[in-house]
Amino acid sequence: MAGETRVAKAITPKSLSYAQGMPRHHLALFAAFLTIAVLAPFFLYPVFVMKVLCFALFACAFNLLLGFGGLLSFGHAAYFGSASYIAAHSAKVWGLTPELSILAGTVVAAFLGLIFGYLSIRRQGIYFAMVTLAFAQMVYFFALQAEFTGGEDGIQAVPRGELFGFISLEADRAIYWLVLAIVFFGILFLYRIVHSPFGQVLKAIRENEPRAVSLGYQVNRYKLATFVISATFAGLAGGTKALVFQLASLTDVHWAMSGEVVLMTLLGGMGTIFGPIVGATVIITMQNYLATFGAWVTIIQGVIFVIGVLAFREGIIGVLSRKIKKPL
Amino acid sequence: MAADAILTAVGLTKEFKGFVAVDDVNLSVERGSIHALIGPNGAGKTTCFNLLTKFLQPTRGKITYKGDDITSMASADIARLGLVRSFQISAVFPHFTALENVRIALQRKRGDSYDFWRSQTVLNQYNDRAAELLADVGLTEFAEVQAAELPYGRKRALEIATTLALDPEMLLLDEPMAGMAEADVERITALIKRIAANRTILMVEHNLSVVANLSNRITVLARGKVLAEGPYEEVSKDPRVIEAYIGAGHG
Repeated sequence: MAGETRVAKAITPKSLSYAQGMPRHHLALFAAFLTIAVLAPFFLYPVFVMKVLCFALFACAFNLLLGFGGLLSFGHAAYFGSASYIAAHSAKVWGLTPELSILAGTVVAAFLGLIFGYLSIRRQGIYFAMVTLAFAQMVYFFALQAEFTGGEDGIQAVPRGELFGFISLEADRAIYWLVLAIVFFGILFLYRIVHSPFGQVLKAIRENEPRAVSLGYQVNRYKLATFVISATFAGLAGGTKALVFQLASLTDVHWAMSGEVVLMTLLGGMGTIFGPIVGATVIITMQNYLATFGAWVTIIQGVIFVIGVLAFREGIIGVLSRKIKKPL
Repeated sequence: MAADAILTAVGLTKEFKGFVAVDDVNLSVERGSIHALIGPNGAGKTTCFNLLTKFLQPTRGKITYKGDDITSMASADIARLGLVRSFQISAVFPHFTALENVRIALQRKRGDSYDFWRSQTVLNQYNDRAAELLADVGLTEFAEVQAAELPYGRKRALEIATTLALDPEMLLLDEPMAGMAEADVERITALIKRIAANRTILMVEHNLSVVANLSNRITVLARGKVLAEGPYEEVSKDPRVIEAYIGAGHG
């Protein structure tokens, strides 16, 4: 599977100058991302920006598994969605504070990731994708049938509550800073994982699995660890999203959601650091501003995706990275 | 069985559907020797390799390494015991630099690298040793070049450097000279000779002059069976071997 996927090339480390443990241009881009995200709510509708942020984190979590682990999961909605439901239920029914609600959702997503991951990493390529999809469909039907999920209605009017029990998050401008902190540090942490000794082994497995085995690496354990981490951060994004929209619904666990995150990652550039952020931004912006076209959005999205795949197979950031000969 | 055998296989058999690729092979590799496995195409040499390193599960038979039964062990665990293989197609990590390729093997010294929260700068401690290993195979000037961009012979050299980084007690080399230019063959032959000083090597090789030059002992496989075994001078005169290589009626 790893051999079939085109991944942006890593560039020789000595040609880059480092600061704070990362190449200077990465540091600059993270600073730019943070600056834009801090200024954005003053110019744009905060809920829209928060949606972009949540999906950026979701796509980055997915990209860890696909772009760096070489594993295509077609069921990541299961982790995003289950965390969304659990966070919404915790906040609304149990009255937990927002940070604990999100944590509860994230923990459940991690646990699901552990079980589903354990059962699916034994399969390769398309079979792996099918197994993950099957598990995600089970979660979907559970969400449809279970009592607490509210069926077609989902869980509505979820209170955003008070952070640590005393900072009200009801205003969009207030919760925005929490969302930005979660997403920014979440993405930074994913960046660190990719650039850790663990990440190095993970990339080696993606590059040449039999060789990694012959060097004594127990590849399935690394894959499982990656799967769980990816599911955890997908859950973190899903739980946060539930509080932002004050809603958990079937859309969050639907297979179309799994497809959307694949789309965002591929369009932005899988195996790049900043690609999924750009991909999520493009897709969410399109959905938002093209909403007046109704059902046509899906078709327009499809056309853009086809053009994207044909014209720049490595994704927007992947192509850019190749042009400037630096990993992005 | 040799008195000081490091790796032995008894009755090793691999059946695929309706086809026996390796048929009741007995093999004993003496500690400190260079043992060559030769035979015509399709003789089952690579399958044999895959069985010995458990990349394939044998249908029957028993494999022992340093006296321990490894027949039911996993590939990665066998590598951890110090029995490390190379591959027929040059097995490098294409988008890693040559230095990073070697470093990923040196990283095994840390044990398992599940520490996803730590910066990879901790791996810089292996840079010097990696550079030494690259120098050993004449790749110093290519240290910062991506493996994918190396010429074929250099890739094979890089693969050997990576394997050596694990400091294995025994190496299984699958056609180390395949597709190499003459100059590279000489360099790699010298290298293998040097690394064999304190290691055991089992290699599959087609280049018979290399085999004659390097190996202490040869096992000839044909159609999945052991045809002959012994030193090169002896085996190369065996009429059955000549027949298997050239075909009946020509010998």
